[in-house]
Order: sequence, then structure tokens, then C-alpha cells
Amino acid sequence: MFGWEFPPFSSGGLGSACYGLARALSRENVDITFVLPQANPIEYDFMKVIAANIPRLKLRGIKSMISGYATSHEYEQKIFQMKMKADPSLEIYGQNLIEEVERYANKAAEIAREEAHDLIHAHDWLTFKAGIAAKKASGKPLVVHVHATEFDRTGGHGVNQYVYDAEREGMHAADAIIAVSNYTKSKIIRYYAVSPEKVHVVHNAIDIDSTAANPQHKTGKVVLYLGRVTLQKGPDYFVDAAKKVLEKEPDARFIIAGKGDMETRLINKAASLGISDRVLFTGFLRDSDIAKAYSMASLYVMPSVSEPFGITPLEAAGNCTPVMISKQSGVSEVLNHCLRVDFWDVNEMANKILAVLHHRELQEALTENSFREVSRMSWASSAKKCMQVYEAVK
Amino acid sequence: MVSVCFYFQVHQPERIRKYSVFEVGKSADYFFHQKNREIIERVAKKCYLPANAIILEQLKKHGRLKVAYSFSGVVLEQLEKYVPEAISSFQKLADTGKVEILDETYYHSLAFLYSKKEFFEQVRMHRRKISELFGQKPKVFRNTELTYNNELAATAAEMGYKAVLAEGADHILGWRSPNFVYKPVTADIKLLLKNYRLSDDIAFRFSNHDWKHWPLTAEKFASWVNSINGNGNCVNLFMDYETFGEHQWPSTGIFNFLRAVPGEILKHPDNDFRTPTEIAEFKPVGELDVPFTVSWADVERDLSAWTGNKMQQAALQKIYEMEAAIRGSGSKKLIENWRKLQTSDHFYYMCTKWFNDGDVHKYFNPYDSPYDAFIAYMNIISDIKQKLKPIEEAIPTIMR
Repeated sequence: MFGWEFPPFSSGGLGSACYGLARALSRENVDITFVLPQANPIEYDFMKVIAANIPRLKLRGIKSMISGYATSHEYEQKIFQMKMKADPSLEIYGQNLIEEVERYANKAAEIAREEAHDLIHAHDWLTFKAGIAAKKASGKPLVVHVHATEFDRTGGHGVNQYVYDAEREGMHAADAIIAVSNYTKSKIIRYYAVSPEKVHVVHNAIDIDSTAANPQHKTGKVVLYLGRVTLQKGPDYFVDAAKKVLEKEPDARFIIAGKGDMETRLINKAASLGISDRVLFTGFLRDSDIAKAYSMASLYVMPSVSEPFGITPLEAAGNCTPVMISKQSGVSEVLNHCLRVDFWDVNEMANKILAVLHHRELQEALTENSFREVSRMSWASSAKKCMQVYEAVK
Repeated sequence: MVSVCFYFQVHQPERIRKYSVFEVGKSADYFFHQKNREIIERVAKKCYLPANAIILEQLKKHGRLKVAYSFSGVVLEQLEKYVPEAISSFQKLADTGKVEILDETYYHSLAFLYSKKEFFEQVRMHRRKISELFGQKPKVFRNTELTYNNELAATAAEMGYKAVLAEGADHILGWRSPNFVYKPVTADIKLLLKNYRLSDDIAFRFSNHDWKHWPLTAEKFASWVNSINGNGNCVNLFMDYETFGEHQWPSTGIFNFLRAVPGEILKHPDNDFRTPTEIAEFKPVGELDVPFTVSWADVERDLSAWTGNKMQQAALQKIYEMEAAIRGSGSKKLIENWRKLQTSDHFYYMCTKWFNDGDVHKYFNPYDSPYDAFIAYMNIISDIKQKLKPIEEAIPTIMR
């Protein structure tokens, strides 16, 4: 299995999805060698500790600078910084993200020759070339798992041709494709010219201890955004909605937790709207702080412009927090007990936020019902669906 | 001797639109006119008109056929406005003299549970409307969604009704049969109970291919009715009129069934048809004690479809707690809107019981989710409250 992030060092949903799926597969007696980029040894050791909870999982690192959700630009900046510091390890890495992805693929082929395996499972485009190289080396079937497409990441504007080509190549080289939602499946069919029979939907899931319900009495009027602060996630719509809400409910507070390239712009936007004192930017949060943020929030909002799945709403619901999600998301296929809006409909977003802040009954009904709903979900059922896909291509 | 009693419920609510909090204080137009019109026109075309034509034809063909209807005031208003030909079609049925019309609350509300005063007024309004349109003074009462308890029986008796209808739910009947007339412990009135097995065979199971009795023919159905001979006086078949052509589409053969069933039932010399008032002439076989409220909804046959969750309870509490202020306002428009907001369907749309399955309860539901239904409703309540504020503040001044 090729991935590119794994807890605790994951900046998005992919890490937790890989972890949840790998653990559930191992419980179904599937042996997994999980290969991932290893930026530095300390981080890698932590990942090993996490992975040690999974009996049939072996973690293998490839020394690489690939990191989650990196853009070519960010990658080149990192290389530039290393050059400035005259870092001796510099010569290993590719000069740009493209070279690095290809170098990573060559290493993957080596691993494929060393490790016995029946099937190759590659998560998202950064590892698709690695998956293809491994398939060439071992001749085993390849399953590519699409957690996001370039169209989601860019909102359809400024699609990177190299990334698109890599995604398309991976999908066509694969023996089967797993999509995280029907929403994503339809994108794959429409934009990548793949026949529908080849694409199998396996929704992400969450494993929650259903006895651990811990509904907090929420005193403040706190509305939470949690995720990367990037175009794809729609944080600007969240700020626009905040402005509308504050016109009716001046006591409301808005938290934007996460980092990303839109952060500065949004801080400025909040200032120019005159709501800086009501909108708090926390930066990146650690797991323990995330749980805290969820539990203090009256409502969690995921206003994504395009969200292939979106695992955070399930986490929020598991933390007894009501959830509002954009209709442009895969998670809306599996979560019923939530509020739904079109990401662009700022008035409706504000209307619903105000309803949750004003009506405790609504807050409680959403909290109780969504908790019950997510506690019935499990990675085990997703793992079983993956295994059916494995069986079909073996 | 078995007497078959058909009663059809005719009701469509005035649905509210997705009223936003940002409209509070700005718009008093709460109702989803376009959708309501679309639905009433569709239902009239697919169900009321074709079903009425069949019933009329059968009433003429079989001198012994009789049926009963109950209309909410809100459906009659909408038909008058958008499909007047449906009103005249129902009037033609009433003119045969073999169609009995029942009383209910004008607004198809749960007022009985929350405000007796309001309940009486809505029943009075309903009587007036039925008398105007059909020239009848109903003698039998049915409460919204067949909600019933001891107290309702006593109230209906006081109001002078001969009989009251209720669901023949297992948990009130126990070992007893719904195919007899009973007397409530609290009042001197007849209690007619729905035979839910035979009623639901038509209303719910008719087109279900997994059902072992599918396809249901009129002949087969009549044979089940015949088998009651010797074990009961009556078979009360109570159902939504939309069963014919809406819930069960014409392609299922439901209209052919409706056309054939009276003749098949009358083939047995001991069978006949009676209206609820005529059924009430049977001597009660026993007393029934129903201290809690039953209804005809879902497997639970209780109030949970309307009052089961916190949102529904909050919405009901808000609408009824403004009663005094609404009356005090003296505003016809406010009172009328307030009453339309009491229609039980608004609370039904907020029900979260079956939301996971996304099943048949979505029928005629304009909302994507029960939460959206609650939000729109509560925003409207806010608007009304805002309108009441100056009136409430003015009252003490006038009193002074």
C-alpha cells in the first residue's frame, strides 16, 4: 500500500483514512506493507509507534520530501531553503516536485521486488506513479484509491496538467479504481474518461466507541471551521456567513482552525468586514486541541467548494457536535443527520447557523441523532468492500 | 352479516416555504404557494377526480353501496382556489344521498391536545364549511390522524356526536376484535375502530410484490371480508383517499380494484355497506379504556410522528403559547396564519424517526430534512412574535 501521510503527522483526512482502512484490513487478516515518504527519521519513528497498534502492518519509509497537499511551488521553496543552508542531503532529492515523484516511483519499484505481495493499493496521485512502477516490477494487480482529484483541489480553475496527467495515467493503468464517494466517482468518469464499471465506491468511515458519548453543555455561541485554509475548503464563504450571522447575533464567535495559503487573505477580509474581534484564527491544531475545539463548538461547518469525501464532519459528530456540510461533498451521501447548504449560499448558511445558535432543541436533536448515526459506521465495512475489489482483480 | 364501512380521508396541508431568518420582519408571506398549487392540482388529477368518477359510477350501479369522507378545511380551501371542478365532483357524490361526511378540525390540527378552546373553534369552522359546501350536518367525528383517547370520546359526546373513529390498534384492543362497535369508558358514544389489517392491505400493501398475497384482487379481498361473517358486525376500512392514484399508482391496478370491490363484496348475500352513522346503530359489545393517545400512524400507532422529538415539542409549544396574544390582536390575517401553522403536517415534516431510511414518509414533503422544516417553521414563529410585540405592549394601555 502506497500512501503519503500517516498519523500523527498528517495534515488532512488522507492520513486518518489510510490509518482507519489499514487497521480494519489487518483485522480482516490482510497483511499490509505500508510505504510512505519519510521526511525525517524522528517523524517516521512516531508513525511507527502509531502503526504498532496494527498487528499485520509493516511500515516502510522512502526518504523523500513529498509531503501532504504540497504544491510544486511549496516544494521548490523547501528545496531552495535547503540549498541556502547547504543541506548535505540535498543531492538525494528531485529539484522539483515532478522529479521527486518520479524518483519516489523508482524507489517503489525496488520495494516491490523486495516485499512479497499479492496486490498493490495506491492512495492519490502522488503515489500513482509508484503504484505503476511497482506493478511493472512485480506484475501484481494495481488498485488506485482516489481521495481527491485535481478538480477538487483547484475548484476547477488552474488545473495542473502534470497532476491531471498523473491521475489519469494511474486510473488507466489500474486494474480497478476505488472512489471515496459517488460524487468522486462521477468526477472520475466525467473528467478522466474511465468506464463506470471500473470505479467502485468505498465510503470513508469512522470508528467510534458508541458508549463514549460526551455531550457538552455548550454555553458560548461558537461556530467552528476546521480544515486546511485553502480554496477547495471554502473558508471565505464561512467568513462571509460570519458577517451575516453577526448582524443578527453579535455574541457569536467564529473559529478558523487550520493552516493554508488563504489564511492571510482571510485575516484581512475579516478585518475589512469589521469582524476581526469575532473571528479567531488558531493555526494548525494538534489532535487533543481538535477534540477540544469540537466539543466547545455549537456547530461545526464544512463549507467545501468541492469535497470528495470529508471525514471531519464524522469526527465532529463523534465528538457530539452538530454539523453543517456543503452539498458539494461525498460525506453528504452517508451522513443524514446534519444541515446541508450549497457552499455559495452564504445567506442560507447564516440562516442555519443562526437557527442552531438560537434553538437548543435543534442543536440537541442534531447532536444526538448524528452521534447515533456515526457510531453505526465502521472502517470494517469499508475494508470489506475494499477486499471485494481486491478479489475481483486478483 | 358483515357491514363494510369505507371512510376516505381527504387532506392536503398548506405547506410553508423555506422562510429565512433574514426575512423576519420583512415578509409575512409564509406559504409555499407554487408548490401547494402544483401538489393540489396533481393530486386532484391523479386521485380525487378519477377516484370520484369510479365511486359515483359504482354508487349508481349498486344501490346498496355507501361511503364516507372526511375533508380538512385546508384542502377544501385549496381545491376551491385551484381546482374548483374537484369540489363540484365531491358535491355530486354527496348529492347521491349515500355519502356521509364526517367532522374534524378545520386546520387538521392537534389542537385537541393543546387548546380545547381552539379545538372547539376549529370544529365549528369545519361544520360551517361542510354545511355550506355539502349541506350536511355531520354526526360522526374523527380527530386529526385518528388521534384518540378517553377524553376525546367524552368531548365528542358532549358536542353531540353519535360516534367517534379510532385506530383499531392491538395495544388498545388486546384480544378483542375491531369488527364490533365499542363504547368508551368515559362517555355515552359509539367507538368505531379501523380494521388496520384489511385497510392497510389496500393502502400500503396493494402494490408490494414481496407480499405473499400480491396481486390483490377484488375477489380475494371480498373473500377476506366474507370470512369475518360470524365473527363481527362490521369491517371499518379507513384510509387516505390519496391511496387511489397517488400512493398506489394507476399502473398497479388500484382503480380497477376500486371499481370491482363493491360488486365483489355485495356478491355475498349477507354483506352490505353502511356509513359510520349507520354502523353506530350496532349495539356495543364492550367498553374500551384508552387513557393514552393512539393514532393511525406508523407501527407505533401513537403521537411520536408529530411530537416525538424535541424540535417538534418546541415548535408545538411555541405555536400554542401565543394563543392569547394572537386572539388579542384581533387581526384576521394573524389568526388565520396562526391556524394554518397548526396543521399537523408541519410537525410531521420535522420527524426524525425514519429519516435514515428515506422512505415513503417523504411523500408530499417539501423539505430536504426535518431540520430544514424546523428552521423554516421557527423563523416564521419569530416573525409572528415580532408582529405581536407592539400589540402585547398596547394591551395594558387600553386596559388602563
